[in-house]
Amino acid sequence: MTDDLSMAYWAGAEDGSLVLQRCDSCGLVRHYPRILCARCYSFDWSPVTAEPSGTVHSWTVSHHVFDPSVLTDVPYTLVTVDMTAGVRVLGRFDSAAAPETGQPVTLRFERSADGRPAPVFAPATA
Amino acid sequence: MSLRHKAAVAGIGETRYERASTKSALHLQFEASLAAIADAGLDPKDIDGIIPIGITGAPAEEYVANFGLPDLRFSAVIPHGGASGIGALQCAAAAIAAGLCSAVLVPAGRNVSSGARAGVRIHQMPQFRFVTEFERPIGAIAPAQLYAPMARRHMNMYGTTSEQLAEIAVTTRAHARLNDNAIMTKPMTVEDHQNSRMITDPFRLFDCSLESDGGAAFVVTSTERARDLRQPVVELLGSAMGHPDSPSSITQRPELTHVGIAKAARLAFEMAGVTHDDIDVAEIYDCFTWVVLCQLEDMGFCKKGEGGDFVSNGRLRLGGALPTNTHGGLLSQAHMLGMNHIVELVRQLRGQGERRQVADAHIGLATGYGDMGDGGLAIMAAA
Repeated sequence: MTDDLSMAYWAGAEDGSLVLQRCDSCGLVRHYPRILCARCYSFDWSPVTAEPSGTVHSWTVSHHVFDPSVLTDVPYTLVTVDMTAGVRVLGRFDSAAAPETGQPVTLRFERSADGRPAPVFAPATA
Repeated sequence: MSLRHKAAVAGIGETRYERASTKSALHLQFEASLAAIADAGLDPKDIDGIIPIGITGAPAEEYVANFGLPDLRFSAVIPHGGASGIGALQCAAAAIAAGLCSAVLVPAGRNVSSGARAGVRIHQMPQFRFVTEFERPIGAIAPAQLYAPMARRHMNMYGTTSEQLAEIAVTTRAHARLNDNAIMTKPMTVEDHQNSRMITDPFRLFDCSLESDGGAAFVVTSTERARDLRQPVVELLGSAMGHPDSPSSITQRPELTHVGIAKAARLAFEMAGVTHDDIDVAEIYDCFTWVVLCQLEDMGFCKKGEGGDFVSNGRLRLGGALPTNTHGGLLSQAHMLGMNHIVELVRQLRGQGERRQVADAHIGLATGYGDMGDGGLAIMAAA
């Protein structure tokens, strides 16, 4: 469910950008969207566009169809990525090869089955 | 104030565990509750406190109405998923120690293998709202997929292997085969585990727990009162609960290989006044094989990263140094939200484990693990 907090994220994703919350008071960048800054307890924040780069933290390759109403095309790889901006993003991994811990990756957004933009990572090109 | 020596589990009850029960979840809860109350030698009208396991449970009012309870003085909800049973035991002990009530029923019952699967159910729960909004659309649908990157990270950092996870699955199955109320009783070898189909790497089918129907319940009283009741006394020595950092999103968790029990374990052992070497039997929440290994590390039975070696060489088997999940766990007995772990611990400490009884079991622990890593443990002893 999209609420006011995550509206900036989804609007950014529609434009192909990773938009995060940055605390107006202390500057901490956070994800997923939350009401309060956990460092300084400020309610005030502004959207900030993050670098679409990061490194692979972990992953899983899914072979089972868990919910056919969401997705039936298996196998697919999900990667957890340490973004340069300091948060993590979970996304699909677009590569024939398996990911590796620490591997540099680049983020883009593609439409998922529900019609919304979803993060997709590909190995970074030097 | 400590909870040590303040409360006991005076009664335990379980229904038959099945793949597809024809009974409603509420029916199963009442059946298990009546069994637990009778096991204690109490009458339903003696119950003056109820902590229903929230994710399956009816509100306390259903019990007031169905059991005709004359004087319900205490009720609470513990929203920790599969750690709710341990949290409820702790809460019941605290309420009794504070004099708020005298006999607390903790019931659970579910009818899920014939209903919606976990991958559908979790998205109806508010604590999974980030998963539902951000992760489900890209294909991270079910708990297995949320926990798999934790296990994969552990493997990459420490060299943990699928064969080591298999050891947990095989041990648990061997124990289930000694339990007349277990769903999965076909023999399993490490090779069977390795040949089971990949669900979501690194979890194979036999790394995953069951979807089961049934009910389980227990009754908590003061240790003093339990001495006058029907069963050998099994009392609480120590208990603590903990949340992982970033409890509502594993993706954002600073350290993927630690869960909430890491914060709780030291507190529980200190309250209990015992050490790891004193633990004769362990019933460890096992929604996935790796979650057992992770909790063993986080409780301090071995160092972080050493869990793979720790679980090898039969250590967790009956006759091993730390007999674990003697009932067959969520992996092979039934997924009863860890309530079956508490019931089994009490049974073992009473000496009622029948064919699977751990010799000289005086002190043991049960753990819970819920939602995305909330966790806790209860250390109990024959008194």
